[in-house]
Amino acid sequence: MLSAAVVGAFDSGTFLERVFTPDSDFAAALWTTIYISIAAQLGGLILGLTSALAGQSRFIGFRFLNGLYVTVVRGTPVIVQAFFLYFGASLLLGFDLFPRETDVLGMSIKGAVLAGIAALAINEGAYMSEIIRAGLTSVDEGQLESAMSLGMTRSQAMRKIVLPQAARIIVPPLGNEFNNMMKTTSLLSFIGINEMFQDAQIRYSNDAKSAEHLAAVGVWYLLLTVIWSFTQAYIERRLDPAGKSDRKPSLIKRLSGSADAEPAAAGQAGGHV
Amino acid sequence: MTTPDLTKVAGDATLVAGRAAALTARGVCKSFGKLDVLRGIDLDVGAGEVVCLIGASGSGKTTFLRCLNQLETIDGGVVEIDGVPLGQRKKADGTLRSSTGKEVAEMRRDIGFVFQRFNLWPQKTALENVTLAPVMVCGVAKDEADARGRALLERVGLSDRLHTYPAKLSGGQQQRVAIARALAMQPKLMLFDEPTSALDPETVGEVLAVMRELADEGMTMICVTHEMGFAREVADRVVMMDAGVVLEQGDPKTFFANPKEERTRRFLARVLDTGFGGPAGAPPAPPA
Repeated sequence: MLSAAVVGAFDSGTFLERVFTPDSDFAAALWTTIYISIAAQLGGLILGLTSALAGQSRFIGFRFLNGLYVTVVRGTPVIVQAFFLYFGASLLLGFDLFPRETDVLGMSIKGAVLAGIAALAINEGAYMSEIIRAGLTSVDEGQLESAMSLGMTRSQAMRKIVLPQAARIIVPPLGNEFNNMMKTTSLLSFIGINEMFQDAQIRYSNDAKSAEHLAAVGVWYLLLTVIWSFTQAYIERRLDPAGKSDRKPSLIKRLSGSADAEPAAAGQAGGHV
Repeated sequence: MTTPDLTKVAGDATLVAGRAAALTARGVCKSFGKLDVLRGIDLDVGAGEVVCLIGASGSGKTTFLRCLNQLETIDGGVVEIDGVPLGQRKKADGTLRSSTGKEVAEMRRDIGFVFQRFNLWPQKTALENVTLAPVMVCGVAKDEADARGRALLERVGLSDRLHTYPAKLSGGQQQRVAIARALAMQPKLMLFDEPTSALDPETVGEVLAVMRELADEGMTMICVTHEMGFAREVADRVVMMDAGVVLEQGDPKTFFANPKEERTRRFLARVLDTGFGGPAGAPPAPPA
């Protein structure tokens, strides 16, 4: 074990305790980070899909709304969006958009948490919109045409043929987004949500060991993102049956970031080599 | 292929499953913006007839074929398949209305379309490519679709590639899967859009052989092609298109030996000269 003399003022005992023996307060904060991330990513996926489809609509009004949404949301900081969503209504209009406690599916959820999920989902949706648009346009038009020439309706062809191929293109950047999302939840400490980062802040405001607590919480974020990268690799393999026998991204490849899922997938997307 | 009942199915599988359809086109027009691609096409194709559409690129062959399958909507004229007009349905009071998307999809079930670039689905195996639409669109039982899919792939010479993904198949093999996929819907009419133009020369023959068998079994076929050898030997009629209209047509013997129009003569001289004449065995080009 490292001694205090070697690393100066860093109290490795506190650091290791925070990493290896988390208490129940921390477990609650960890859970908050996880479910906010997942809920916001799912919300962002739905908003992004809606927005991407609106962007391809025949109606100029839908295309305009899509453009406005993407531009405004991508052009402003997420922390500003979260502030306005949570405090804006009571400051400017005199009512609470997100009451202190709300019942969602039988669970009592804090207003700040709901506002935080909403803010992250809206922010995420704008990025997902562009990612999904790119995914949809990357699938060759002939794929839709061949499906429709066999008697599928447009929506059957989209669901069965186009979306599964677009999904393969979408998952790698989506994984990037979700990785970002998990870390961006730390900003929600500013609207008073007790997630992992605020948990650390509360602890070092009591014992002044900021480096120890921040380093420890950093390890926890790292753990979450590593678990996600394995999950993502699994999803990518599931979505690419044609490449299944060829390649299994190794642990080393995933961790070193040299996973080459995209070129292989792109080569098969056209249906011929 | 190991179970007895599958062998039986494979044994008596025919490429043509139902009655062939007849087609009538009158005054078909289509523009893309200011460009008039089709300027009044008249064409009759009898049940079981094999018609080859030839002509220079830009003459509207492919667009016309796509109109027949409603991949493009026509701006004017009428196309009827077995007397049913494309894109229109009679209302109760006898007037016409536009078909819904669902009705268009239903009409397409009876028309097979083979694309220049195959358009197989890369995430599905050869067999899955063939069985998906019958199961999904026609509600055929999975086992039945599977047996018929295997039989069809055997007929096109791919019984050893059932579970291979398209990326692992040669162009000729992919196109044969695409033909089997179209036949699995038991169409009454097959449309071929330059089916061998994207192929390596050595795999052209295997695709043409499958098309020839299909023609022999009595399928109604309309083929856009540059394979003059195939047109000469297999077609019942050759149709020359030029600038969005049918320039001339006739049975292959007369058509190739003695084209009426100067433009046809020049076109034939050009394509036959540059080795576009198709697989070996094609007779030498007629003097222009």
